[in-house]
Amino acid sequence: MMKQLIATIAILMSLQAFAVIETYEFKTEEQEQLYTDIINELRCPKCQNQTIAESNAGLSEDLRYIVYQQVSNGSTKREILAYMQERYGDFVLYDPPVKPSNYFLWFAPLAVFLVILIAVLLKVGRRRVKPEQTGTEEE
Amino acid sequence: MIPELGNFLLIMAFINAIFLGVLSFIGAHYQHQGLMQFSKRASISIFALILASFVCLTISFINNDFSVAYVANHSNTQLPIHYRISAVWGAHEGSLLLWVLILTGWMAAVALFSKSLPKPLITRVLGVMGFIAIGFIAFTLFTSNPFDRVLPFIPIDGSDLNPLLQDFGLIVHPPMLYMGYVGFSVVFAFAIAGLLQGDLDHHWARWSRPWTTVAWIFMSLGIALGSWWAYYELGWGGWWFWDPVENASFMPWLAGTALIHSLAATEKRGVFKSWTVLLAILTFSLSLLGTFLVRSGVLTSVHSFANDPVRGRFILVFLGIVVGASLLIYAIQSSKIRSKANFGLFSRETALLFNNALLAVVTFMVLLGTLHPLIQEAFTGDKSSVGPPYFNLMFSIFMIPILILMPIGQQINWKQESMKPMLTKYWLWAISSILIALAVVIIMGGIEPMALVGTTLGLWVLAGCAKYVLAQASKSTSFTIGVKKISRSYWGMLVAHLGVAVTVLGVVLTSYYSIEENIKISQGETVQVEDLDVEFYDFKNTEGPNYISSAGSFRIYSEGELITDLHPEKRKYNASKMVMTEADIDAGLFRDIYVVMGEPLDDGAWAISVYYKPFVRWIWLGSIFMALGGLLAVSDKRYRQRRREKKLTKSETTSVVESSGE
Repeated sequence: MMKQLIATIAILMSLQAFAVIETYEFKTEEQEQLYTDIINELRCPKCQNQTIAESNAGLSEDLRYIVYQQVSNGSTKREILAYMQERYGDFVLYDPPVKPSNYFLWFAPLAVFLVILIAVLLKVGRRRVKPEQTGTEEE
Repeated sequence: MIPELGNFLLIMAFINAIFLGVLSFIGAHYQHQGLMQFSKRASISIFALILASFVCLTISFINNDFSVAYVANHSNTQLPIHYRISAVWGAHEGSLLLWVLILTGWMAAVALFSKSLPKPLITRVLGVMGFIAIGFIAFTLFTSNPFDRVLPFIPIDGSDLNPLLQDFGLIVHPPMLYMGYVGFSVVFAFAIAGLLQGDLDHHWARWSRPWTTVAWIFMSLGIALGSWWAYYELGWGGWWFWDPVENASFMPWLAGTALIHSLAATEKRGVFKSWTVLLAILTFSLSLLGTFLVRSGVLTSVHSFANDPVRGRFILVFLGIVVGASLLIYAIQSSKIRSKANFGLFSRETALLFNNALLAVVTFMVLLGTLHPLIQEAFTGDKSSVGPPYFNLMFSIFMIPILILMPIGQQINWKQESMKPMLTKYWLWAISSILIALAVVIIMGGIEPMALVGTTLGLWVLAGCAKYVLAQASKSTSFTIGVKKISRSYWGMLVAHLGVAVTVLGVVLTSYYSIEENIKISQGETVQVEDLDVEFYDFKNTEGPNYISSAGSFRIYSEGELITDLHPEKRKYNASKMVMTEADIDAGLFRDIYVVMGEPLDDGAWAISVYYKPFVRWIWLGSIFMALGGLLAVSDKRYRQRRREKKLTKSETTSVVESSGE
């Protein structure tokens, strides 16, 4: 019972998803856009499965502030993401980096499609279509 | 007493399901009339038992019977009655019972509406579904029994339903989605039964088609409802998050969409039989995989259920048995399937082949993206994430060819078509799509290359539907006669494709042209957000049935004219002490204005979010069209007149089938 209760509470906590609204002021619209883009691509390291934009955890709040500061200081997206990756690992990147351990993830779907495409073109392309004897339907 | 009765009924259903599973196959094998009759009756009685059991759980909720652990954990005396009823499926145990209820409901429906089918086949179909029911009822009974009591210390009050779930969305979204998920078990059972019998002629495809389409309709609506619910409930304007749980429902939908198309080819032309059967197996396997992902706790997700390793193991073993056994049956028996393959490269068959290849690859991509972090962690111990940037990019890559091919695929002839005369007819349509898209994106606020591509494709699909109607009409003497000649199932396809176009336009325009601004605003103040003026004119604390609410009142003006009056709230729920935001939305066909209360700031001002979301409604409107298309397709007269058709002479049958198209 106690165990269940704790589990229930844990779930309730994790589900506490409400909008977190901060009113940071930016010098330019580009910076604001950059800020929004970045906080929507970073995963909250402590939460279930939320971006730091969605999460109301204290850590996310801090991370948003760091992103805000870096954006205001003129850092690029690449620099900020690298900064986060260095501290929290690949886990924080919702956009998985293209590197050998992720090659399968990035290229397998395309490879599968190309194989199918070539197979179809070779097989169907060579075929001669026979006229059918009775009508167009087999009924 | 009532919970025990519910438990007893569940056990009875379990025993019945075992009989059904075993006796059906014996009956079908020996063509024993009594046993075959039994399988029909058993299917209906299992449904009745589960329904009664479900009612027992519902009564426990209505009566606030907190001696039942599940009720105590997910309800509360303050909870309004309609949420007490929907709380039945608000968490793992009850939603599993709902799953079983719907599964047995489909089973009873198959038993009732299959009089025209050969008896041994239908008996085997029911037997396969019986086996699935055994698995799920056992899962409910032995790992997740909703009737478990908390004795002797009965809590005085329940710990309440999660406030996120105290919403209309919970009432409708899970039942719809489950109808779809579980509905694919019918075509799965047809496929396995057909494989076991070793004859999968085109009748198999014809029988499976309406069932698949109906399941697909529910699934489309279920997913759309979930997306709409997330949009207004989570309070930050998002409508799709590529969350593992969403992906879990999206994968069977994608596979099911592919299945609908390959079933069309199999029924009409006797092609791709073997692939269609495999796809039927895969679609339901993905449904099961989704269940596993959501309920086992292997994935971290915002809305996964309570996690218990025993449950995970049970359902993984069950998944392994079902998928393993069905693939084994497929491997042994599929060599008996004879497909015709008499079509050229430029034909509807090839178009459908590409449709299937692309949808299968998209499904694979979603699966890969969902499971990749798990696999990577298992092998290397590194934690990684795959999120929206990956899915959005990859999904777009494969959607582009699907959308380009759609208008051509729906018009091209079966078997073979000469390429040049067909394609030259499309130039004008393609160019006008591009030009209109260009105008649209300029009006919307600037040329974004991907927005232009997406809008063009949406319009291109739209144009394809219009072109089809015009082409049909021009074949006849007058427009109305020509249009009337288009069969229901063809209208179904057109409306569903129209739905795709509408959804695509909604997704593209809302993704690229939404405005989102967080502002600081005090009472009495007016703040400008792009072209809108937001006035904070009132603030009230009120008491709801089981929460305290702080509501702000905002007037939104555009060019000095009042457009809307919005009252977003922050609610604090009494039982759980959870704080929830309730966004207020001014919904419109062309744009939503969406205001959310944030936190009070130090100086008495509030942080609020204002969203302007153009065409966001089109995302769900498109799904409604898709579902409507499915409905038109299943209402085609050839499904209703199946028996009469048998009496027609051969030439007449041919003309009936031809006119009904596809």
